[in-house]
Amino acid sequence: MVKSGVEVSGLRVVRGGQEVLRDLTFSVVPGEVTGLLGPSGCGKTTLMRAIVGVQRITAGAVTVFGEPAGAAALRPRIGYVTQAPSVYDDLTVAENLSFFASVLGVGQDRVDACVRVVDLAAERGKVASRLSGGQRSRVSLAVALLGEPALIVLDEPTVGLDPVLRRDLWETFHALADEGAAVFVSSHVMDEATRCDRLLLMREGRIIADDTPAGLLEKTGADDIETAFLDLVEQAAS
Amino acid sequence: MNPRITAAVTRRVLIQLRRDRRTSVMLLVLPCVIMALLWWMFQDRPGFGFAALAPALLALIPFIIMFLVTSVTTLRERTSGTLERLLAMPMGKGDFLVGYAIAFGLVAAVQSALAVGLSVWFLDLQVAGPVWMLMLVAVVDAILGSALGLFVSAFARTEFQAVQFMPALVVPQILLCGLFIARADLPPVLHTISDALPLSYAVDAMRKVAGEANPAVWGDLALVAAFAVAGLVLGALTLRRQSE
Repeated sequence: MVKSGVEVSGLRVVRGGQEVLRDLTFSVVPGEVTGLLGPSGCGKTTLMRAIVGVQRITAGAVTVFGEPAGAAALRPRIGYVTQAPSVYDDLTVAENLSFFASVLGVGQDRVDACVRVVDLAAERGKVASRLSGGQRSRVSLAVALLGEPALIVLDEPTVGLDPVLRRDLWETFHALADEGAAVFVSSHVMDEATRCDRLLLMREGRIIADDTPAGLLEKTGADDIETAFLDLVEQAAS
Repeated sequence: MNPRITAAVTRRVLIQLRRDRRTSVMLLVLPCVIMALLWWMFQDRPGFGFAALAPALLALIPFIIMFLVTSVTTLRERTSGTLERLLAMPMGKGDFLVGYAIAFGLVAAVQSALAVGLSVWFLDLQVAGPVWMLMLVAVVDAILGSALGLFVSAFARTEFQAVQFMPALVVPQILLCGLFIARADLPPVLHTISDALPLSYAVDAMRKVAGEANPAVWGDLALVAAFAVAGLVLGALTLRRQSE
């Protein structure tokens, strides 16, 4: 039996009269890091919101661990990191994490562990508004990891981070996947594609490729993912 | 609802307030300054100006301040993405609203204790009923202000808009609550309208405590509390886990 993570079938989302997601079908498997790549404005965030269950969908179905997206039973099992860090600017790093930990009902040990994972131990006592942009998004990431979620959805988590830290975070994502979590990461930076186990390329609300990075390069004969993306777009146009 | 989560929300709101020193000081000191100013205005005038107006003001101040503070705070929570994050967690809407109401109710209790204490013991306000009742009415008024503030924050996209609800929802209530003209002397239509506004009962309750030895305020208080609960329920309806 294949343990299903996220199953999306025939998903359509219309917002303000415009079709943002057009008939998407794919799955996200536990134990893998699945990358969602595409230019900004192509619908990545809307898709992630639909999976987390905060976006109303127009047609199709999204199930997570066999339950419809947004079901109450799923809430403790999903960690979601939005693009803009959603933390309290007037609380310290430790206060932010302790608050969300008590909402989730997890102990102080999880706060300590997550602070270490995002490498903010030295900033624990600092108020979030005094942190750099990258540090604040790491606080937001730490909050998402508190409940040891089985599905982790990350909307462009590595934007603006220093390359060393970016590499470390990707290692963290893989470590989480190795422990059995389904990790779904979006990015508009094509060079991050090779760090994923599986890739979904997205453009104008459609998925134009669903493959491993190696498989995608083989199929298109391109040297890198950016060229492969361009080839696919041109193929579709002709 | 879950007491652990409700308490976490309350504690967090209080930590945020404590960190914002300027707001905390203003919350506690401004009501006292206003009461002192009112007392000073009537210093050299014969009659009972201060005694007549002070009870109404003690009802109005916590209502107005908590309305403003809550509408801006919850709007901030809606726009910063933290509300969406909380609603994606196993948190009940009731936990969020009641957590806020308790935090601001506690602040209002301290605020009113200071304003009532100053008025009664230093500015010589004569109170026929028990002083603790003045404070109780003030706290219920503050919770009413919080509840309405929570509700209207759903209809504002920016803090500018949120503050505009003050002249829209609060000022008419101040005009019709009996502070300027006794409610019975208002034109009949306005009198009827004032019967439907919560602040009228808040001010009535304060006046009774100040003027009667055994004030029958429980009916007024129950009405104010009912409006507060209605505000919280309507507020809960505006907290949506899903958006378009």
